[in-house]
Amino acid sequence: MLKVEGLVKRFGGFTAVDNVSFKVEQGEILGLIGPNGSGKSTIFNMLSGTFPPTAGTILFQGKEIGGLPPHRIINSGIGRTFQIPRPFRRLSIRENVVLAGYYGRGSGSRSEAEAAAEGALAMVGLPMERDASVDGLGAAGLKKLELAKAIATGPKLLLADESLGGLDEHEMDQAADMLRKIRTELGITIIWVEHIMGVLMKVVDRVMVLDHGEKISEGLPTEVVADPRVIEVYLGTDAGEAQATAAAASGNPGAA
Amino acid sequence: MKRYLPWIAGAALIALPFVYKQPYHLHILILILIWSFAYTSWSMMGRFGLVSLGHGGFMGVGAYVTALLWNHLGVSPWIGIPLSMLAAAALAMVVAYPCFRFRITGHYFALVTLALSGIVLQVITATRDFTGGSLGYTPERTKGNVFVALQFTDKETWYLIALAVWAAGMYVWYWVDRSMTRYALEAISEDEDAAAAAGVNVTFEKLKITAISAVMTALAGALYGQYQMFISPDTVSGISVSLQMVFAAVAGGIYVAFGPTVGAIITILLNEGLRIGFGTKAVGWDNLIYGVLLVVFIIFLPKGTLGSILDKFKSRAPAKS
Repeated sequence: MLKVEGLVKRFGGFTAVDNVSFKVEQGEILGLIGPNGSGKSTIFNMLSGTFPPTAGTILFQGKEIGGLPPHRIINSGIGRTFQIPRPFRRLSIRENVVLAGYYGRGSGSRSEAEAAAEGALAMVGLPMERDASVDGLGAAGLKKLELAKAIATGPKLLLADESLGGLDEHEMDQAADMLRKIRTELGITIIWVEHIMGVLMKVVDRVMVLDHGEKISEGLPTEVVADPRVIEVYLGTDAGEAQATAAAASGNPGAA
Repeated sequence: MKRYLPWIAGAALIALPFVYKQPYHLHILILILIWSFAYTSWSMMGRFGLVSLGHGGFMGVGAYVTALLWNHLGVSPWIGIPLSMLAAAALAMVVAYPCFRFRITGHYFALVTLALSGIVLQVITATRDFTGGSLGYTPERTKGNVFVALQFTDKETWYLIALAVWAAGMYVWYWVDRSMTRYALEAISEDEDAAAAAGVNVTFEKLKITAISAVMTALAGALYGQYQMFISPDTVSGISVSLQMVFAAVAGGIYVAFGPTVGAIITILLNEGLRIGFGTKAVGWDNLIYGVLLVVFIIFLPKGTLGSILDKFKSRAPAKS
C-alpha cells in the first residue's frame, strides 16, 4: 500500500531523516517509535505533504506522492492527526469534522460530507449537535476530535501522531481500542507514532524504531523489544515494561 | 411577523426616494450605500483575518479604468465597469498569489498590500496626462443616451442603483456565510497547516475570497466615480482610503453582515458633521479621529458597534425564553 524508499530530509546542515525505507501492507497497524528528535514527525510531515522530501520516493498505491501539496495527498487517501491537537475553535465540533469531510474527500456534496462527519463523530463518540463548542472539550476530547477529522477525510491510510500524549491510563486504553476499531470496522491501514511504548506494543502488528533519523530496527513487537540496539536507545526509559507487555500480548494472541 | 421584517424593510428602502425627495439627504444615503458596499467588500477578507491595506488600490482601479475607457475610447461603463473589475481581480492575483504561496500572513500581508495602495496612487499621479494626476478626473458628460453612459442626473435613480448594488453585496455575504468556503477560511485563519491537513487547498481558498473582495471593491469605486462625476487619487485610491475602509469596517463590526453598513453610517455622518460644523478648518480631522477611534475600537470593542450590540441581545435572549 505504501512503499517508502531512501527517504531523506535535511534542514540546512542537519539531517532529520537519513535514508529510511519501509513498507506498509494493506490493513496493518505499523508502530513508529523512537526518542524525541529521532525523525518520526518529520517522516509524517513528508508523508502528508507538509514539506517535500530532500530525496527518496514515497509510493502510495503505486503512485509517487512525495512533494505533492497536502490537500492533494489528503484527497488521494492519506489522513493525519497532529501530535498536539489543532482544532478550529471558531467552528463547532461538528463543523470541524464536516470541513474535513468536505475538503478531505476532494469531491462529493455537502450532504455527503455531513454524513461522513456523522459517521466519524459516532465512531469516536463525540456529540453531533450543530453548535457544540470545541471549548468544552478536554485533552481526551480534543484527541477524539483530531481522529474524527482525520477519519472524515475518508483515508485508506491513517497517520496517527502520538495520539496518547497527555492522557491517563484509562483514556490511553480507550484510545488504543479506538485505533483497533478504526482498523477493523473501517478497514483503514494505520501508521501510529507514539512515545508510550507499552500501549503501542499491545495494538500494533509491526514496529519500526528510529534513532537520529535512521531506522535501527523493524519487526514484530516481541522481536523489536529484544533488539539490543532498541534497548540501548530506550535504556532507562520504558523498554523493560514494554518487553513485559509485548511478552504478555504474544502469550495471549486473543487480545489482539 | 419576524419573517416578513426583511421584506417590509426592503420595500420601505425601495419606496423611500419616491416619497422623500430631499436631495441632500438622498445624497448622503447614496454615499452611505456605496461606501457600505465598499466596506462590506473589504470585510469579506477582513473577517477571515486577511487584513488588506490595499483596497484603496482596487477602488482606484475600478473608478479610473471605467472613466479612462469612457473618455479615451468611448467604452460604455456597462462594459467598462466589468473590465475594471477584471483588472482589479488580475491586480489582486498578482499581489496575493505570491503572498499566499509563500505564506505571508498577518502584519506582513498588511504591509505588502499597503504598498499596493501606494503604487496605484503613484501610477495615477505619474500618468497625469491621461488621468489628470492629483487634480482629479472627470468622466466626460455624454451628449447621447444617459443610460448607456450611466450618467443620471437625478438622485432617485442613483439611490436605487446604489441600493441594488448594496443588496447584492449583502447577498454575497450571506452566500459566503452559508458556504463551505466560510468553514475553510475560518479554519485557515486559525491554522493553515491544520486546514491543509483537513484537505483544504489553502492558497486557492484565499485567492478565491481575495478575488471576490477585489472585484466588489472595484465596482464600488466605479459606481462612486459615475455618481460623483469626479474622482481624485485621494478620494478613491491610496492609503487614506484603505485606512478609512479598515476603520469603518472595524467600527461597525466585521463579523456580522450589517456591521460594515453601520460603519459607513458612522463614518459618513462623522465626516459630514465635521464638514458642516467646522468647514475648511476641519480638513483632515476625520482621519485623525479615525486613527484614534480605530485604536479604541480594537482594544475595547473588537467586534465593532453592531457586533457588540448583537452579542448583548444574544446573551439576554436565553434569560427571557
